[in-house]
Amino acid sequence: MVYWNPIEVMPIPELKALQLKRLKMLVYKLYTFSPLYRQRMREAGVTPEDVQGLDDVRRLPFMTKRDLRDGYPDKLFLASPREVVRYHASSGTTGKPTIVGYTRNDIDSWSESVARGLVSAGVGPDDVLQVCYTYGLFSGGLGLHYGAEKVGAAVVPASTGNTERQIDLIRDLNVTVIASTPSYLLHIGEVAERMGVSIERDTQLRLGILGAEPWSDRMRDRIHERLGIKAVDIYGTSELSGPLWCECSEQKGMHVWGDMTLVEVLDPATGEPVPPGEKGELVVTMLEKEAFPIVRYRTGDVTTLTEEVCACGRTHPRIGRIQGRVDDMIVVRGINVFPSQVEHCLMTDPEVGNEFQIVVERRGALDTMLVKVELRPEAFGDRLFELDAIKDRLAHRLRDSLNVGVSVEIVEPGSLPRFEGKAKRVIDKRVY
Amino acid sequence: MSDTSRYRIKQLSIFSENRPNRLGAVAKVLKEGSINILGFSIAEGAGYGVIRVLVDRPDLAKDLLTEAGFVVKFTEVLAIRMEDRPGGLYDLTERMKDINIEYGYGYRNPPYAVLIVRVEDIEKGIRSLLAGGLDLLDNVNFH
Repeated sequence: MVYWNPIEVMPIPELKALQLKRLKMLVYKLYTFSPLYRQRMREAGVTPEDVQGLDDVRRLPFMTKRDLRDGYPDKLFLASPREVVRYHASSGTTGKPTIVGYTRNDIDSWSESVARGLVSAGVGPDDVLQVCYTYGLFSGGLGLHYGAEKVGAAVVPASTGNTERQIDLIRDLNVTVIASTPSYLLHIGEVAERMGVSIERDTQLRLGILGAEPWSDRMRDRIHERLGIKAVDIYGTSELSGPLWCECSEQKGMHVWGDMTLVEVLDPATGEPVPPGEKGELVVTMLEKEAFPIVRYRTGDVTTLTEEVCACGRTHPRIGRIQGRVDDMIVVRGINVFPSQVEHCLMTDPEVGNEFQIVVERRGALDTMLVKVELRPEAFGDRLFELDAIKDRLAHRLRDSLNVGVSVEIVEPGSLPRFEGKAKRVIDKRVY
Repeated sequence: MSDTSRYRIKQLSIFSENRPNRLGAVAKVLKEGSINILGFSIAEGAGYGVIRVLVDRPDLAKDLLTEAGFVVKFTEVLAIRMEDRPGGLYDLTERMKDINIEYGYGYRNPPYAVLIVRVEDIEKGIRSLLAGGLDLLDNVNFH
């Protein structure tokens, strides 16, 4: 196996010991040097001495997006301004942006994290890597750039826009790896086709490092079929540094480098860890970040966690594809339900469309969940029993996937509300 | 082999969810297209239904309804003439025992009455109904 740093295959007990050492150090540092964190820890009734095992991380208070926003611009910084060598900002779609500062060491470990991921996906000094993420305040472009340079690949900092020129560069510079959003890669494929360029035959492109938006295995297959490109998932947010973790060539989840990061996947409602492999909220502690410490940051992203050693030999934990946002979660009869699960079920059925609406009500003491879906005109055939069969099949499939009883209503195409941007799929009529 | 196509009648099947006055919306489209309704029925399912209509100009009706956002499909049905008197339906059923009827509806059209049926296999149905001596209405009576 080719790896970037031998630490990637460190035996799990040693890795855990290292994590604990670094966690203790982090807590001690925050308690000692940050009045803000000290106050938060006091409110939570926890002192550095209370952290004796890795599980004790759960005694520490959470950080939320709101804390980060309230800290604008630099109230949460631990490093002095002269130690800061770079700033990025998260997109401020819901208010003020979050400013993230980096020390020299922060940039180094961020690049190290990306470098390990790239090597695990098969990137090396012989590769030419085109970065089609935005360069600028958004951390995607520079994050990939530094990681790729570190492993010795030649970087084409194409950023976003001017797709035809991007395609010329891919062809003329023998680009082998592209880092972009999955939808932009598909767009590149379409534009290339119009230009008479076949990505598969006329270019050397073989690998896509894709992220920054939700995508699916179906999209992965489509990219492979249409463009002949193997696609791996990459994840990160600017609060944590930027793009950080990506899938290895096994394509079985993203390796989270345990020497730098402690991840938890928690039930968003109770804050308790979910069993391995089950969905929950990704909560991240960055063990060595200097300028902008991150402790138990609730990302709001829904994923799964496995600590099994990967087929590639790497021992660090892996997270699965991001499956949605916690904000979208609803609790029905004590079961956490994500609209993305419903969407996934419906996508596999050719007889109904992709639009849907979830209506949750309370009848007596019992929650009821109704999923409304639109019939595809081609699926209608005059017979009621055919419609009933579609309905029963969907109800069954949803019940299997969500573990909660669901009734299905088939509605006319075009009758459900359409949304520009973020869809509001859930109508919760329960009165508490 | 005689031609049976003249007995096949184009019925409109319209998908309708349970919302107030969907029937009214269908009727309005037909009115505005000056389309005459010859017969119709409503089948009620769980949360939705199918409105089945016989009209004088089915192609135009289908276009107009589709344009108005309805899911519409043509279904071929048969129209059997009945005597307009007590026992009229019974006489019919006595002679169509071996036919599998999926659904049916009837209406009076003095001096006679009509039973509309959808059968499982329309070709077989036509032959068997004719062989039983039943009077199938020609589709020129409709459109």
